[in-house]
Amino acid sequence: MTPATLQAVLDTFALFSDPTDRTNLLLDYADRYIEVPASVATRPFGEAHRIPHCESEAYVWALKQPGGTLKLYFAVESPAGVSAKALAAILDRSLSGLTPAEIASISSDIVEQIFRQNISMGKGLGLRSMVEAVRTLARRAIAA
Amino acid sequence: MSEITARGYARPEVLVSTDWVAAHAGDPSIRVIESNEDTLLYASGHIPGAVQVDWTNDLNDHVRRDYIDRKGFEALMSRIGATPKTTVVFYGDKNNWWACYAFWVFQLFGHTNARVMDGGRLKWTKENRALTRDLPTFAPSKYKAPPRRDAPVRAFQKQVLAHVKAKGQLVDVRSPEEFAGTRLHMPDYPNEGALRGGHIPGAKSIPWARAINPEDGTFKDAKELTELYSVTNKLRKDKPTIAYCRIGERSSHSWFALKYLLGFKNVKNYDGSWTEWGNTVGVPIEK
Repeated sequence: MTPATLQAVLDTFALFSDPTDRTNLLLDYADRYIEVPASVATRPFGEAHRIPHCESEAYVWALKQPGGTLKLYFAVESPAGVSAKALAAILDRSLSGLTPAEIASISSDIVEQIFRQNISMGKGLGLRSMVEAVRTLARRAIAA
Repeated sequence: MSEITARGYARPEVLVSTDWVAAHAGDPSIRVIESNEDTLLYASGHIPGAVQVDWTNDLNDHVRRDYIDRKGFEALMSRIGATPKTTVVFYGDKNNWWACYAFWVFQLFGHTNARVMDGGRLKWTKENRALTRDLPTFAPSKYKAPPRRDAPVRAFQKQVLAHVKAKGQLVDVRSPEEFAGTRLHMPDYPNEGALRGGHIPGAKSIPWARAINPEDGTFKDAKELTELYSVTNKLRKDKPTIAYCRIGERSSHSWFALKYLLGFKNVKNYDGSWTEWGNTVGVPIEK
């Protein structure tokens, strides 16, 4: 089941039928992307954190917080990685602070719901892979 | 002599530098056009005054697998305020892959007053040049286009079959894995439904991006391109040549390099490419 915080984001995207509005909303998120702080990771980032298939060279970390929730961090290395930054900001804002079980429940289908006409051939797999990477980290946190 | 002219290309005038584009900012006789694969990039920031031409929305027929017709092209040119005299300058992401594709489609309508900005978006951004989110507005123009003429630059499957039988020059610009038939699509791209893997018999494997300097997306100089296409792969400029990839976009880039930078006399882009060939019953395939 999609966590309510993420569902709220999906509902917002669903409200906009005009492609320009949706593009602007995505850019808004991309502008709010925050790179992983040096206290969590520094370059060169570990390959274990690299998101497969993402052409923007993106990385993800999930740190356990007091109380058992997770905090997500991302790094998107390509200056052209606008979509990766937008998705990273969405995932961070809607999933950080949730339990690993809640985060593991998300589906990579959200990528189509968020990006619709803005999902180009080259980036669809990478964006889905970003969601899968987050789910994998959440499942590992459950098992740990 | 400009840096581009010094590279020894057959038609150096088709390439312009980032300096040239910056120096011509606001020139009403020039329309700078951004064409990307990533539809968010233009909106995230583009060269001031540049318009967007999107390959799916603006250049492709929305129903049939084909390009826009004359009316569609006239409407597009009117929207971007261009006349037949306007110099259009293409640039974009992925080493100008989509910019060359748009350039090629414009040639179906004979808009020869066209250029590509060498290095594309990558070089422009690496040089920390200005980008804006402001959308330019141009008064709609009147553009009378000639009927679309595919023959000079576009190859159809029937022609390619005849070309294969005649042992004509073919360039497969896909990745080595696609050429070998070990994968049906580009690395990290979805499979768009080719039923068979491999390549068209007799094709030379010359991945498109080998024509590029990866650090800034500029084209290699004529000597390096000659080494790649004519020496290593023994392609002759005087022989008809057909380039193909998966849907004809990557091969537009190689078509551009062969035709304008190396001066191949007769080079065409087979846009049906592997998504047509790899699905057609009975056509010959090599692996």
